[in-house]
Amino acid sequence: MGWQPVVLWADGLIWLTVGAVGLLFWRGADNIRAGWQSLWRQPVAMAAGLILLCYVGIGLLDSLHFRLRLPAQAGMSVQYSVEVNSVLDVLIARLSAYQEQSYSAPLAKHLFVKMPTTLPDGHLVLGYPELTLYQAQRLGRDEQGAWRHWPEKVRLGLRGVLMGVLLAAAMTLLFAGWQAHRGGVSLRDLLRTAWQGKHQLPWRTGWATLTVLCVLGAMMAEWSTVYHVLGTDKIGQDVLYQSIKGVRTGLMMGTLTTLVTLPLAVGLGIAAGYFGGWVDDAIQYIYTTLNSIPGVLLIVAAVLLMQGFIETHPALFDSAASRADFRLLFLCLILGVTSWTGLCRVLRGETLKLREQDYVSAARTLGVSDWRIMGRHVLPNLLHLILISMVMDFSGFVLAEAVLSYLGVGVDPAMASWGNMINAARLELSREPVVWWPLASAFGWMFVLVLSANLFADSVREAFDPLGQRR
Amino acid sequence: MMTYLIRRLAYAVPILLGVNLLTFSLFFMVNTPDDMARMHLGIKHVTQPAIEAWKVQHDYAQPLFYNAREPGWRALRDTLFFNQSVRMFALDFGESDDGRNIGEALRSRAGPSLSIALPTFVLGLWVNIGLALMLVWARASWLDRFGIIATVVLMSVSSLFYIIAGQYWVAHLWRLVPISGFVPGADSWHFVLLPIVVSVMAGVGNGTRWYRSIFLEEIGKDYVRTARAKGLNESRVLFRHVLQNGLIPILTGAVAVLPLLFMGSLLTESFFGIPGLGSYVIDAIQAQDFAVVRAMVFIGSVLYLIGLWLTDLAYTWADPRVRFS
Amino acid sequence: MSESLLQVSNLRITIGKARVVDGISFAIAPRQTFVLLGESGSGKSMTALSIMRLLPESAHYQAGDIRLHGQDLLGLPESAMRPVRGGMVGMIFQEPMTSLNPVLTLGEQIKESLSLHQRLHGRALHEAAADLLQSVGIADAAQRLHDYPFQISGGMKQRVMIAISLAGNPALLIADEPTTALDVTVQAQVLELLRKVQRERGMGMLLITHDLAVAAYMADQVGVMYAGELVEMAPREVFFKQAQHPYSQKLFAALPSQPDQVLQAIAGSVPALDKVFEGCRFADRCDETQAICRNAIPAWQDLGNGHQVRCHGVSSPFQIKPGPALVSSRSAQPILRVHDRQALLKVRDAQVYFDLRPSTFFGKRRQLKAVDGVSLDLFPGETLALVGESGCGKTTLGKSLVQLQPLTAGYIELDGVALGGHSRRLLQVQRAAIQMVFQDPFASLNPRMRIHALLEEGMVALGVEPDATRRQILLEQLMTQVGMSKQALNRYPHEFSGGQRQRIAIARALAVQPRLLVCDEPTSALDVSVQAQIVNLLRELQTSMGLSLLFITHNLPLARHLAQRMAVMYLGRIVEQGDSAAIADTPAHPYSQALLQAVPTLTTHTLVSLRGEPASASHPPIGCHFHPRCPRAEAICQVTYPALRTLQDGRQVACYFPIDPVAT
Repeated sequence: MGWQPVVLWADGLIWLTVGAVGLLFWRGADNIRAGWQSLWRQPVAMAAGLILLCYVGIGLLDSLHFRLRLPAQAGMSVQYSVEVNSVLDVLIARLSAYQEQSYSAPLAKHLFVKMPTTLPDGHLVLGYPELTLYQAQRLGRDEQGAWRHWPEKVRLGLRGVLMGVLLAAAMTLLFAGWQAHRGGVSLRDLLRTAWQGKHQLPWRTGWATLTVLCVLGAMMAEWSTVYHVLGTDKIGQDVLYQSIKGVRTGLMMGTLTTLVTLPLAVGLGIAAGYFGGWVDDAIQYIYTTLNSIPGVLLIVAAVLLMQGFIETHPALFDSAASRADFRLLFLCLILGVTSWTGLCRVLRGETLKLREQDYVSAARTLGVSDWRIMGRHVLPNLLHLILISMVMDFSGFVLAEAVLSYLGVGVDPAMASWGNMINAARLELSREPVVWWPLASAFGWMFVLVLSANLFADSVREAFDPLGQRR
Repeated sequence: MMTYLIRRLAYAVPILLGVNLLTFSLFFMVNTPDDMARMHLGIKHVTQPAIEAWKVQHDYAQPLFYNAREPGWRALRDTLFFNQSVRMFALDFGESDDGRNIGEALRSRAGPSLSIALPTFVLGLWVNIGLALMLVWARASWLDRFGIIATVVLMSVSSLFYIIAGQYWVAHLWRLVPISGFVPGADSWHFVLLPIVVSVMAGVGNGTRWYRSIFLEEIGKDYVRTARAKGLNESRVLFRHVLQNGLIPILTGAVAVLPLLFMGSLLTESFFGIPGLGSYVIDAIQAQDFAVVRAMVFIGSVLYLIGLWLTDLAYTWADPRVRFS
Repeated sequence: MSESLLQVSNLRITIGKARVVDGISFAIAPRQTFVLLGESGSGKSMTALSIMRLLPESAHYQAGDIRLHGQDLLGLPESAMRPVRGGMVGMIFQEPMTSLNPVLTLGEQIKESLSLHQRLHGRALHEAAADLLQSVGIADAAQRLHDYPFQISGGMKQRVMIAISLAGNPALLIADEPTTALDVTVQAQVLELLRKVQRERGMGMLLITHDLAVAAYMADQVGVMYAGELVEMAPREVFFKQAQHPYSQKLFAALPSQPDQVLQAIAGSVPALDKVFEGCRFADRCDETQAICRNAIPAWQDLGNGHQVRCHGVSSPFQIKPGPALVSSRSAQPILRVHDRQALLKVRDAQVYFDLRPSTFFGKRRQLKAVDGVSLDLFPGETLALVGESGCGKTTLGKSLVQLQPLTAGYIELDGVALGGHSRRLLQVQRAAIQMVFQDPFASLNPRMRIHALLEEGMVALGVEPDATRRQILLEQLMTQVGMSKQALNRYPHEFSGGQRQRIAIARALAVQPRLLVCDEPTSALDVSVQAQIVNLLRELQTSMGLSLLFITHNLPLARHLAQRMAVMYLGRIVEQGDSAAIADTPAHPYSQALLQAVPTLTTHTLVSLRGEPASASHPPIGCHFHPRCPRAEAICQVTYPALRTLQDGRQVACYFPIDPVAT
């Protein structure tokens, strides 16, 4: 079957960003590379970084979009499906394959609410019908041998644990092999020092985190063959599937918004600090004005206007995905426009100090042009601040998505996002008996991402600015 | 000193004008009155006369900046910009799209908003400073390490979670306070208790962490070493020298948000059904009532600028270096 | 020795792996001043802090004990240590600017100590505080009690610090570089004050300094620290007559004493302290290193008279080597007859005014007259020293020369062409012709750029050498010229020590082939031994390249050593200008004389210190700027500023009553 790649704007931007960040660390300024190396020596950074990588991996897989070719019909040119899918969709297609009728608890076999069901004898009764996924998958899965006596959940879980441990060990070994090859030591020696905790990298922390991640992943994969691991929501959709799909939205919000703030904050901050005078006055006026408008209200107003725009110009968007994409981008844009002022002010102040540094004076006596001084003497000495603020802001933007979605001005309601999940589920806690899993799942996935981002940000600050003033 | 403060006050005028221009262009130029009328009258089957009638009815029929049909200064006065934006400087906010007086609503709703925001602010400040001092006191011990981790965890939790969890456990399961609602007067305390506690919780992670770093920075300074060299004990060093210096940025920063307390909180008020300004905004958003949103933007900016000015004032009061120069 | 007040034995302190204090022992007798002498990083400040048990949290005691009146301080619980701090031992720190709490009044900070250690209250407390402030030489003490630290000058702050440290009537006063951050005329006042209070109160004093002259002036007993160790200890007279350790001797030789004499620099720099030493720590930098110096750690040797030294070269008390020899090797410095030639640089009536924020909305703008009508000539190949205290405008003038600071009025000519050329090419030529070396080598090199890029930048921007290969060759030559290796080009600034960085900064300036080098206190951030290296390098470069130097400094002896002519600045104006030897030997302006007499030398016994401190350049006194501090001032001095007059020997003085060279 053929396919056609679809590059949504957000996808393009996110891949560009990944490329740019990679380039910065690979070929970038010396201080960034040195900081990067000392960053991974911190156990917290290692653990948080691996978790973040996991999220980023999911998000990136979900950012490779394509359309499938429809079965060829005689006399027609090649047609592609209207539906846009991502690579991730294909990988976790199993999760969304079986739609239930309504709520079901995590790892349940039956629906959580009573439904009229037809019994085999043809009677219609009110009861808890068996889930379609369970019905379809358990058949032919009755195991033989020693496994027989174990309950199915435990059996699948244990198998997941085993696979996870093996997978983690294999990955660690692979990485160790590469490191040993690069460092010119034998794998044995490397593993021994790593195990004793004497290597400069925190191998044990890395290995433990990897094991936990792999075990969790493998267990979910195992269970998901027969169960809805995190249950289903009101309209019977798999909660795990939605949570995973929400990863991309959260990451996009965090990354693209940061991307919007950076040029504004960096460009204007440095210009204001370096040139001073009326440039400084003008830039300060702009950011005080923007700051004085309540951010939420500005965002709300802009998003409402944008909704109007989408409604009146339906022709511009050829698919639901591209409409959601536009909305996401716009949200990032407006969120970014309201949040660049903090970093801008910091950079302005820092540039004011740097401008008076003797090495800038020296460059001026040597006839170096203003732009070159800003590029070679000022900016490189601000990079660590920019990086730190980037990582610190990231988690704030992820959290903001949930709040904005709750207020009705977030991402497209049809788009999978944790904010939308929370918004849809907020009345469920007052049900009797309580339905907690959609909320818990959304909050949980978000919490793990934000917590690792925050911990990572702390380590980044530690590594790039240990004394608050690295020379 | 006074002239400095007056100058700072005068500085607010161009900024407010900027805010007005920005919101005006957003609300009237990007989204024209015609669009508004169509939105309110239903997207389809709208006739041009119906639109014009709606505009006249809601005072949106005038030109944007310059009314060529009127002579002299009325050419500037009888415009949308003058009537919709400039008149706000006189605190005249007009009517909302459903015909009610906005100014009146603001007055009646500020009270409930404050009854939550003010205690949250005061309590939050105390709790955060107290916890931060405790962590600084025990710096480099297990308590400090635990505290740092706890603050990171607390600040990584979505504010929605605090509200939802608080409502579920405290109000729903344990039935200690009502889930939502508000009555004016002295009886309001059991309605505002939970929102206040929840809001303080939501801010404690960030606040404690920030204040802790401020205090730690102060503790590394030379004058603290001098104080220790005098033979002062650690609590006196901490409470007299470090606290007094650290409080300057903390309090002046806090003063900046003081006026904004009037605005209330969108989330808390809407979840707990408090009839304050926050829920006013939410209602306006849901009804797409731009007149209200515009008024709130203006008030927010005014309050922010008052906050900036109060910060200057607080600095001159708190910091002798500013007071005497 | 009588029973000692303080006894430090075998003290060891580590920070991480670095052994910053490595087994030092000394004793201070009551009423005695013990001077601990050493360069930065020698561990002397850590030693001082360790006595108070105020070490930073990263530092740890490894061994040793500290006894005060026989009581073991390291064994005391923290609560028992508090009465010792401030009560038994007072301490003064280096930075008076940051050592006082900015938000408490002086009174509150002094009273805090008084009430703690003397249990005073109410009126008595207030009066005691005023008395104390009075006793450290602050006028209007009762009023000053209500002032905040930012309202008083640096010298006054250090006086207040002294008052605080005296509040508990301590038996021992520790002063950690108490005058390093102060101007020379103020330094003299503070040293004087310290001597006075010590005598009056009969205290013991531990004075930490890097300055041999301060040590000579203050000490009863001297201990020299090097790399965490005491290397020599002796009574003052013995030490200054016959210092035995090669390091001590090198320190003496590095002092600029005779003009036209090459300073004795100590090669290399202080070793890293995180390795285990197997021999003498000074072996790598010593001229007399023998095999044993590298293989065995030298032990203390007692030479009698309380003179102890840690050196293999001094094997017995009978082989006392001659004291620091002043080898006179006259450099090839030609004596210039400057007036025969055309001036390279002409400065005429240069003014640099800074606008201060107006005090009222419509008020008159106040101006800070940093440079207020300066005229100078600088001839090819000559060195002119610009001497003055901080805030006198000397750095601002230097910055105007390199066009970092535009002139408010007046002009500067290079080869008869006014600076600030109108064409791009002329601007480039002028920029290249005058280059600057900055004070702090740690701040003047961009930490994010390799040395290669740093040096190359100017050559490219000013179009000195467009060809990359030839540029590379030039850079390599340049590095050799300033005494660095070619490999250094590929490294980053943080890999170098202060002295090496200053060499790189000089190379950067030389890269664009300047004819005039403006050196703004290029050695004041460096240790004495390294200072000599840089001064020698500058002299060498000058002779080999025919450079002109404008040497900005506060150090009059150094100016005299290096320069043929000197100009003394006070509050934006030149008060005396002429032959540097003439000014240094027989100053005509009272201020030049004060500068000279305020600097302690190895042989000074009394310092003549000026009263007061330099006025602010935003409120210069009416009449002669110097009259409030001048011992010779009369009525006319308070009315109009004296015109510059030329004396018989050709020097110019702005004074109504210049000191007659013959009479002094």
